[in-house]
Amino acid sequence: MHMKKLLSGNEAMALGAYHAGLSVAAAYPGTPSTEILENLARMDGIYVEWSTNEKVAMEVGLGASYGGVRTLVSMKHVGLNVASDAFFAASVTGIRGGLVVICCDDPGMHSSQNEQDNRHYARFAKVPILEPSDSQEAYSLMSLAFDISEEFDTPVIFRSTTRISHCKTVADVEDNPDIKRRKAHFVRDPYKFVMVPSNARPRHPLMEERISKLASYVETFPFNEIILEDRNLGIVSSGAAYQYAREVFPGASFLKLVTTYPLPRELVCHFAGEVRKLVVIEELDPFIEEQLRAWGLEVLGKALVPIVGELSPELLQEQAVKLELISRPAIAESSPKVPPPLPVRPPLLCPGCPHAGTSYALRRLGFYHTPPVDDESEKRAGQLARQGIIVTSDIGCYTLAVYPPLLALDTCACMGASIGQAHGLEKAGVRTKTVSVIGDSTFLHSGITSLVDMVYNKGQGTVIILDNETTAMTGHQGHPGTGFSARGDDAPKVVLEDLARGCGVRDVNVVSAFDLEEIESTLKRCLETDQTSVMIVRGNCPLRVRSKGRPMMVDKEACDQCYNCLRVGCAAINRNDDSITIDNNACVGDKCSVCLQVCHRQAIKVNAQ
Amino acid sequence: MTTNILMTGVGGQGVVLASDALAEIAVKGGYDVKKSDSLGMSQRGGSVVSHLRFGHQIHSPVIKKGEVDFLLAFERLEGARWAGYLKQGGIAIINDHAIPPLSTMGGAYGYPTVEETVAILKERTDQIHLIPATSLANQLGNPQVLNVLLVGFLSSFLAIEEKSYVEDLSQRVPAKFLDLNLDAFARGREEARTRQAKDHDREA
Repeated sequence: MHMKKLLSGNEAMALGAYHAGLSVAAAYPGTPSTEILENLARMDGIYVEWSTNEKVAMEVGLGASYGGVRTLVSMKHVGLNVASDAFFAASVTGIRGGLVVICCDDPGMHSSQNEQDNRHYARFAKVPILEPSDSQEAYSLMSLAFDISEEFDTPVIFRSTTRISHCKTVADVEDNPDIKRRKAHFVRDPYKFVMVPSNARPRHPLMEERISKLASYVETFPFNEIILEDRNLGIVSSGAAYQYAREVFPGASFLKLVTTYPLPRELVCHFAGEVRKLVVIEELDPFIEEQLRAWGLEVLGKALVPIVGELSPELLQEQAVKLELISRPAIAESSPKVPPPLPVRPPLLCPGCPHAGTSYALRRLGFYHTPPVDDESEKRAGQLARQGIIVTSDIGCYTLAVYPPLLALDTCACMGASIGQAHGLEKAGVRTKTVSVIGDSTFLHSGITSLVDMVYNKGQGTVIILDNETTAMTGHQGHPGTGFSARGDDAPKVVLEDLARGCGVRDVNVVSAFDLEEIESTLKRCLETDQTSVMIVRGNCPLRVRSKGRPMMVDKEACDQCYNCLRVGCAAINRNDDSITIDNNACVGDKCSVCLQVCHRQAIKVNAQ
Repeated sequence: MTTNILMTGVGGQGVVLASDALAEIAVKGGYDVKKSDSLGMSQRGGSVVSHLRFGHQIHSPVIKKGEVDFLLAFERLEGARWAGYLKQGGIAIINDHAIPPLSTMGGAYGYPTVEETVAILKERTDQIHLIPATSLANQLGNPQVLNVLLVGFLSSFLAIEEKSYVEDLSQRVPAKFLDLNLDAFARGREEARTRQAKDHDREA
């Protein structure tokens, strides 16, 4: 039985894997990949876990695969950087149960620190890659991905992008199929599984042989599709870009590729011979294009589609008009009149966010000594020179404190980088005190080893762990410090202050996220010590623990319009003309009260009535 | 014929829920459907935009600039921001409610007035419906039903039967909130009907 369902790419991948006989799934949350594991966690009969980080997830996946069962590991694109050591190992040893690695790229950086093109990982690690172009393919390809993995003894990369993962499209899926799962069983084989050099050397030729076998296999892969219409223009494309191309070039001939590594050479050359002009339309890097050029094919590629940023149908159309591939569409353009600039609406910390108080305190400490700026035009956000402290930050909601009005942060690179960066600044001889800001989930993900490093190498940095007891930014997933599992069951809870002490930190402090005075005084004291110090700032995420305190109010008589409360950056505080109001629908009341604590005139009060 | 709907608003207003519901209704109506949400990074308070397309066969899940048939804005500024996506003569349905972003507090930017909003939309279309949707939702007793009310308004322009929406709501909404949501849907639809009747009288 089949049924039509409107599914996001992530839902479709999860369902496809489940129907393909999946037994184990492991992941670390990361936009746009998070919902894959969240969906699997609602399905019975399989083991799912949020792993501490992507490398752990990959290792769990590898172990499960060695145990003979079908296994899925999912992550965002940069997650594969973290997991790459284990991933390359998987390529060398090969697998037992099918191992599919979903990575979700983020062209346009909707929610990421870079827009790396993970297709390169396929060539780099010598493993095959599959790219769906909608939810139907995301579902249907999954069982083939497991088959390929098992037939060719290799992990398979299943590459999605934000527009595939988060778009909903109609998919014809099996309704309640009979699911066959394998029984776990480990068979010893040290030549395959123990990668000492003497065992690894004979694996390398097998990997090369594997890729050449796969190159023949993909020649007849059923989801690579040729559509021959107008032979003047032949477009080679894949993923979301294929859908945009169909939209912009409705009458053209197409070769849609699902297997973008290895590429089906004969199929591509056959298609090239059928059309007059060959065009490659792909997002980000010229991955397909360069291979086609290496085969001696003449193609138009990155000259048409920019290498930078997310592709969109209108961008593709503009470029196609510019290169005279299509004529200018008949739709009327808007008048050339320049529209007035509209106020931006950057993302904000939510009202009641436990990170607001700490961010405000960091900003205040950072601005202790603001040097005068000669030229007013240099006085732009983010460029204000600050000498009080250096704040190295990390990946999470708290990174939003880089924006006005908080302007609290100086660095943010990748998961866990804040602690090592601060230590490096100090050891380089920078005399300004450093504060690292890292969330609970990020600290567990990859902050622990850096903290141990700081202690061992006699660093004097202060590490603030913002503990909201959840992985907030990706939508409240569990982690080892939360006390609940991926399925929502009770789980053992790692206590961060014990962990910090176990890392060798002597000066460990726990403060409330909503007590500004305590945060500031503890921070100042920590900055003055000559040893590594840790401050755990604890407070619940208001979107997870939804409770309200007594409402706040503004005493209009007492308010002298200093607008210091606006510096908290709370979305519930509004300035209408000159007066300040608090939106009680959005405000969480005196559960937070940071605005009350920053008001010099005590004009913000708890409404006791 | 493809119908292109762009829903815009602020995080927390229920934009994505509304477009999810409408997408499901269109699937049940036998259409091919694709939808794409852009949420940015924030859980709350950032700009949200949802592209919804349905018709015989849909390729791109995002709508090309200049091809939006219906712009459904849950907030006035977010309506103005996406006006350029409307096709010439498309229909703009704009909640007149303002949620000023923090960037307007310091005085660097001004929040556009109603007149400015209308002027921006007029560049693309004369079919502008500026409706007091937030006040109407508040009158019904719950600001959360704003999204259902706006879908109710939009529904009067679409070739989907009224009962499909009611069916979807009945499945989607918990029983104790169902009447409230049905009222909101009806109120939105009625508002659209009243306005269409007035326009018709004026033309006649």
